[in-house]
Amino acid sequence: MDAVFLLLGASIDAGTALALASLGLLLNERAGVLNLGAEGIMLVAAIAGFATAFHTGSDVVAFFAGALAGAALAAAFGVLVIWLHTNQYATGLALSLFGAGFSAFVGIDYTQVKLSERTPFTLPGLQDIPALGPALFRHHYLVYLAVALAAAVSWFLFRTRAGLVLRAIGESPESAHALGYPVRRIRLAAVATGGALSGLAGAFISVVYTPLWVEGMIAGKGWIALALTTFATWRPWRVLLGAYLFGGVTMLQLHLQGEGVALPIQLLTLLPYLATIVVLVLISRDQKWIVVNMPASLGKPFSPRT
Amino acid sequence: MLDLEPRAEPSRAMTLLSPVFALIFTLLVCVSMFLWLGKDPWQGLELFFVEPLSSPRALAELSLKVVPLLLIGLGLALSFRTNVWNIGAEGQFILGAIGAGGVALLASERTSAWVVLALLLAGTAAGMLWGGLVAWCRDRFNANEILVSLMLVYIAEQLLSYLVHGPWKDPQGFNFPQTITFATPTEIPRLFTGSRANAGMLVAALAVPLVWLYLFRTHGGFRLQLSGLAPHAARYAGFSARRSLWTACLISGGLAGLAGALEVSGPLGQLTTHVPVGYGFAAIIVAFVGRLHPAGVVAASVLMSLLTIGGELCQSRMGLPKSLTAVFQGLLLIALLACDTLIHNRLKLVRTARAPAR
Repeated sequence: MDAVFLLLGASIDAGTALALASLGLLLNERAGVLNLGAEGIMLVAAIAGFATAFHTGSDVVAFFAGALAGAALAAAFGVLVIWLHTNQYATGLALSLFGAGFSAFVGIDYTQVKLSERTPFTLPGLQDIPALGPALFRHHYLVYLAVALAAAVSWFLFRTRAGLVLRAIGESPESAHALGYPVRRIRLAAVATGGALSGLAGAFISVVYTPLWVEGMIAGKGWIALALTTFATWRPWRVLLGAYLFGGVTMLQLHLQGEGVALPIQLLTLLPYLATIVVLVLISRDQKWIVVNMPASLGKPFSPRT
Repeated sequence: MLDLEPRAEPSRAMTLLSPVFALIFTLLVCVSMFLWLGKDPWQGLELFFVEPLSSPRALAELSLKVVPLLLIGLGLALSFRTNVWNIGAEGQFILGAIGAGGVALLASERTSAWVVLALLLAGTAAGMLWGGLVAWCRDRFNANEILVSLMLVYIAEQLLSYLVHGPWKDPQGFNFPQTITFATPTEIPRLFTGSRANAGMLVAALAVPLVWLYLFRTHGGFRLQLSGLAPHAARYAGFSARRSLWTACLISGGLAGLAGALEVSGPLGQLTTHVPVGYGFAAIIVAFVGRLHPAGVVAASVLMSLLTIGGELCQSRMGLPKSLTAVFQGLLLIALLACDTLIHNRLKLVRTARAPAR
């Protein structure tokens, strides 16, 4: 039984980065912009955060650095696709390729660097509950922030006027434009926010979760975060749940390796990627379900002239 | 203030000039980066654009990079024209290498030289299998092909790693994750003595006109392009979108697999975990910089190979990280996409007195 709770706790840790990034991507997809650059953004933010943590010794500054790097890259992406109407798929891909190269380039001096040991953040009182305490209440504070963020995004999207406008822009930018909303600026803000959260996720991975810098260390988590928004049919709480499930798959894999299960290690390593395909297949199988839930203008350019 | 005004018709001049502008921009960034790093920019540029072209030996090395980029880039150009976003060519390349490696393991020193052909066919088939999986997930289950093809890259990497760590490991290899060095007959013939350039170049050279003919001179190619440009019109004309999807995935997967097989029977000669070096991803840039046109893809694959070799030279001569190449290649694509705006729009000066358009 203890092992199950241990696994639960570890899954929540592993899923947090996915949740942060995916909630951000959810916001910009709800506004109609698909950012395939998430992987590149997370890589650049990971090295930005790691280097900042190393030089300043402050995690908080490092998280801000990661979020800022992510927001800056996403804003550049946003200007290209929103104002210059470049193809969203191609531009996002370009950002991912650039991010992979750029992070490796600037990170070369940090590959041998270690950060100091971190003390886990705990909730006094609650952490002493047997079994559940260690599983749920002994995490880094960003883990709780991710839960709060899911609540905040859900509230913002479905309970505020600004959220309604954002969703309207994602469904029909033409109508929102006709009503006088600055569609392009709102989209840019959504994309930058998505980038900031992806960046925070990247910094979380390099500063807290691993904590070290290795070239290409995001290892597809940006792409999995993108898949998660579809998996969750663009709903914040489902994103969080999906992120923990994927965290669970990642952890299960490590656990099985640790237990010495007689399966080749490669078979276990590919589990999260295989799970992503399986989940995509299962979710997308019912086309109507996707069409009904997907923001109608997702991936399509909008020009106020036409 | 500068504003964009839509052109009545796409500009043909800009279609061709845009890659040039993008290259100039990338070079400017390149020069400023060298200056910033305290390196001589002229020496840097020489390593990128002069040295790789300066001797027959250097040209042969260049050809070894051009062949995989060209083959994969051709397939991706075709796929992107069909509006099928297969971005997992790297995985299909790995499968091609695995397929070819499997055949090569069966060969001995006495095997006929025709085994090379079997090798290439096996690689192509394996690449098609991986590409076909993407088409199947999209066709049967409506799963997004971008994410599926990308996830299959990671799975292919693990599959290769499993094989070279496990069943295919060289028993005399001091436990290194690698297969035996394949028997001599599996080596693709070289074109000149004393040079590493091989017949793979001829295969790639043959693929260019074939893809061109298919895309622009056959009914099948027309169907593909129409379903990419105007899916509704294609459906109205009775063209099957499913068929276009499968064709695009199988051809692009097959070409990537062929590229992987050529690597195995050419420069590599064995399988290791270092088979994937990013050709599949770089080829995405090749396809776009080459305007999704076979002739353009040729030029773009040469340019991208120059950047790759230049990056390697910068590492050995100037002590710069090899990832410099990826930075420039990524910048090139971003700059290109930005410049492409000018194909459909022209820049116009707008007086700031008027309220700027939102």
